[in-house]
Amino acid sequence: MDKLLHISGSPHVHSDESVKKIMWSVVLSLVPAFLVSVYYFGLPVIILTAVSIGCCVLFEYLIQRFMLHQKPSVDDGSAVVTGLLLAFNVPSNLPIWIMVIGAIVAIGIAKMPFGGLGHNPFNPALVARVTLLIAFPVQMTSWPVPTPIWGFADAVTGPTTLGLIKEGGDLSQIPTYANMLLGQMGGSFGEVSAIALLIGAAFLLWKRIITWHIPVSFIATVFVVAGIFHLANPAEYVNPFIHLLSGGLILGACFMATDMVTSPTSPWGMIVFGCGCGLLTIIIRLFGAYPEGVSFSILLMNAVVPLINKGFKPKQFAH
Amino acid sequence: MSNNNNNSKLSILTKGFFRENPTLILVLGCCPTLAVTTSVTNALGMGAATTFVLLMSNMLISALKNIIPDKVRIPSYIVIIATFVSMIDLLIQGFLPSLSASLGVFIPLIVVNCIVLGRAEAFANKNTVFDSLLDGLGMGIGFTIALTLIGAIREILGSGSIMGFQFIPAEYHILIFVLAPGAFLVFGFVMAAVRFLVNKREEKKKHCAAE
Repeated sequence: MDKLLHISGSPHVHSDESVKKIMWSVVLSLVPAFLVSVYYFGLPVIILTAVSIGCCVLFEYLIQRFMLHQKPSVDDGSAVVTGLLLAFNVPSNLPIWIMVIGAIVAIGIAKMPFGGLGHNPFNPALVARVTLLIAFPVQMTSWPVPTPIWGFADAVTGPTTLGLIKEGGDLSQIPTYANMLLGQMGGSFGEVSAIALLIGAAFLLWKRIITWHIPVSFIATVFVVAGIFHLANPAEYVNPFIHLLSGGLILGACFMATDMVTSPTSPWGMIVFGCGCGLLTIIIRLFGAYPEGVSFSILLMNAVVPLINKGFKPKQFAH
Repeated sequence: MSNNNNNSKLSILTKGFFRENPTLILVLGCCPTLAVTTSVTNALGMGAATTFVLLMSNMLISALKNIIPDKVRIPSYIVIIATFVSMIDLLIQGFLPSLSASLGVFIPLIVVNCIVLGRAEAFANKNTVFDSLLDGLGMGIGFTIALTLIGAIREILGSGSIMGFQFIPAEYHILIFVLAPGAFLVFGFVMAAVRFLVNKREEKKKHCAAE
């Protein structure tokens, strides 16, 4: 039997890429940032991440099994990525029941009603994060001060860098660049360490799971626009480097905006998408009511992805 | 529709409850549905006011359907509806000032509620006065049911209370349900649930009829 020739239609050359592999690579790329968070914020990070991932997987399984009557496909790892990214976007002292509600929103509202993986127009983790931010404004904006020891020393809360700027607080309290790079600043626990996130992003770039277009155009737009405002009026607008390293910009640009399902398919489309995200982010940061605008801007740009895809259709071969 | 048997009269009344619920199935009157359902009290007040307007305007329009010239029927309907809305608005202002304060502009806005105008155009100007009365009452009750359902869910989750009686401590309130996004979410999920149940019942009926 092993001498039989297999005959099939094209394509004949396959890469060994699969949804499963991509998702687990993304999980792997987030591990450095996770370890840094554990170092700065301690045990609550592990608990919240476990709860978030566990609930996302569980709800996806239950919905597929008992509401849609499909064969559950939770082993593709997409729910794990959603859970991980959602956990990265909350402060480490968040009550666990709010994390569970976040998982319900991510899977039960943002993902499964649209048809599951590949059909959701908006990034599920971001929808959940924004919902939680609007639903629990107090709990979602009390940021524990990072204390690099093992323990439960998260009783002290302090402002985020962007919160300080927005409220016109004492700007001398802004962390140094070194601290911002390493992650010693207030914020959602996955977004603090720029270096760890960039290591993860480099891994994804090397694996060719993401391309440079969205992160680079996103971050460059924020940097350039913030730079123009800073040069025009240094007293009112802070240094663009602070905008670059604070808040969720790097996490958003490298891991959320690049979500394959909710971002454009063509390179030029990706650049337009990234520039739009960057522009909206900096507008919200400088003039909006919220101190941080990365999640809102990515969601807003997610909404126009179909239009971008239509506008930047690749030319047909031989036309 | 002109069938005089009691069963069809009853079905004119009850079809508005769920089967042809104006808010959840026909998706009419979304503006008040989204705007005033922050509490059960508001929802009941809005539902009762709209039911009154629907009932009265349906009856009067049905009675006048042969007198109103076809070309100016919409303005005439609006005048009739506006009359009843002004009446109920002044009554609420006079006797229930707190409800009037919390419903605000949405009582005068019943004039442009598409359920009222829709029933006038789709039902009252083709049917008898009594049928129109039943239709207006049924649709009004259906609207009230939908509003109360949405209002109850939003009040319990958002303010932890029902009819103003608080039973969930403040730290567990989910603010989004009091705000506009929560209204859209709850509206969508209630609509999905009711459609699911109605479809299931229809299928069952068809199944029974086939056997």
